[in-house]
Amino acid sequence: MLMESGTKIESSGAVVVEAMIEAEGLVKTYGKRDKAVRALGGLSFRARRGTVFALLGPNGAGKSTAVKILTTLTRPDEGQALVAGTDVVAYPDRVRRTIGVVSQGTGVDIQATGRENLRLQGQLYGMRGRRLEERASELLERFGLADAADRIARGYSGGMRRRLDIAMSLVHDPQVLFLDEPTTGLDPEVRADMWDQIAALASEQDKTVLLTTHYLEEADQLAARVAIVDRGKVVAEGTPEELKSELRGDAVYVELAEPAVDGAVRDALAPIAGVREVAVDGRALRARAEDGGRAVPSVLQALEARGIEVLSVRVARPSLDDVYLRYAGRTFQEAESEETEVKK
Amino acid sequence: MTVVRHSYFMTIRHVRELLRQPWWIAVTLVQPVIWLLLFGALFKNVVNIPGFNSTNYIEFLAPGVIVMTALFASGWGGMPLIDDIERGVTDRFLVSPVKRTALISGRLVHSSLTIAIQSVIIVVLALIDGAAFAGGFGGVVVMIAVAILLGASFGALSNGLALLARREETLIAIMNFVLLPLTFLSSAFMQQNLIPTWMQHVADFNPVNWAVVAGRSAVSANPDWGLIASRAGFLVALLLVCLAFATRAFRTYQRSV
Repeated sequence: MLMESGTKIESSGAVVVEAMIEAEGLVKTYGKRDKAVRALGGLSFRARRGTVFALLGPNGAGKSTAVKILTTLTRPDEGQALVAGTDVVAYPDRVRRTIGVVSQGTGVDIQATGRENLRLQGQLYGMRGRRLEERASELLERFGLADAADRIARGYSGGMRRRLDIAMSLVHDPQVLFLDEPTTGLDPEVRADMWDQIAALASEQDKTVLLTTHYLEEADQLAARVAIVDRGKVVAEGTPEELKSELRGDAVYVELAEPAVDGAVRDALAPIAGVREVAVDGRALRARAEDGGRAVPSVLQALEARGIEVLSVRVARPSLDDVYLRYAGRTFQEAESEETEVKK
Repeated sequence: MTVVRHSYFMTIRHVRELLRQPWWIAVTLVQPVIWLLLFGALFKNVVNIPGFNSTNYIEFLAPGVIVMTALFASGWGGMPLIDDIERGVTDRFLVSPVKRTALISGRLVHSSLTIAIQSVIIVVLALIDGAAFAGGFGGVVVMIAVAILLGASFGALSNGLALLARREETLIAIMNFVLLPLTFLSSAFMQQNLIPTWMQHVADFNPVNWAVVAGRSAVSANPDWGLIASRAGFLVALLLVCLAFATRAFRTYQRSV
């Protein structure tokens, strides 16, 4: 079933795996009984060969747990996962040879030099001799670590460690690359640099990249397809454009002078054609309009007529944040703070 | 074969780490010397107790200090593994094709090398201080070997506990609770028939005492090879149990991450 749908048998008889990563109904619960926390509640998605696929969601949504299962670090309670057509639970060793992993935080041995880190990583994949040395030098060069190659990694900056992490994950030239929150905790400039590196990786032939992130822009920029994860499930999936275009029209944000009653504002705006999904939260009014620019004067008039004073108006093309709000029923920031609460 | 190769890579990693911390090497080398000289001076007059079979306390003490050094060096062996877990290094290894056993055995080989070097220093120092070691070179080798067996067992135990506890505080608490009592519930410092009877019985089941008894017999003028073989056999069995525990601990660790 899962196998057949993701696999194509060519006329030559060669089996070509089209879906390089397949997750089907993954369930994972940590802890026992009343302390149990359900990290994944039936997560499913499929990433095609040679593309960047992003799992987007707030902290605690279950993205990292999904990566841990797909990379054989831990097992699912239920469900099935295939990487390059191989079951991760049944054949973890085979899967490990095909994947490269950059986990959240870092995996750098800070007592060793950059080159020693890379060398050991290569050795574990059976590489040796000149081939290994050349590969290490090539990667150090490529990730701007050539000068620091023989210094102890303890002295590396956060960005350098992250680049070394990525270099290590690539040492055996894996078909599938997992990047779990690769830019979290990095300075904005370093993050931009990292985006360039990831984009370059993605353009390499036939590499499939699974990226998890809680930065909307990151998914938007880098991924060919995005799955929005909320509370351990995929709530929406598509290209960033598809997801955004499902929200027809523009977002209209109005800042009110005084907190307003939701009902009153709704009534005021109801008669205006093309304005939908009106929501008020204190002084913030949010609505959706077919053509934002044209709707604004009518909106302002209607509010003024009811004596509701307006401080500012902003019209925006739909963002992934809007998509998230639509599918998860809350804004990204709300979800983030909620998850942080839960963690405490 | 892969296991051996991977263990070798991991051993290199740990040894290199040690060599980069000169002050730590100094502590490692000086500590057993301090044990030997300190306890040697403290209990110097023990040989005068009626019934004490040896006239040279240093010679009596050396096997005890070697075993104690091995025990302490490996009892704390799980601490660097906790560092690795916290830094994400262990998880990186676990998603690579590295053999799980190598992650433990690399550490055990490393600590065994350390124990061997420390033991040689103690032996040389004891010889200078007047010990004879009538059992000769072979006896000394056997003594160091049983100390390494004990060290490897406690090293595996400590690594397994590190994987389960994942907190330095917990491991420190457990080891503090275990290491010193085990040392004193043995004949490391005092002849077994001169300690209280209940302690003698406990000592019979104490792995630390197995190593001390076997080591001391091996370097004596008339080694009791039956005794040595049985105690070494117990230690091998203990090592196998501890290795199984450590390997299982990896599975438990992976379920919980």
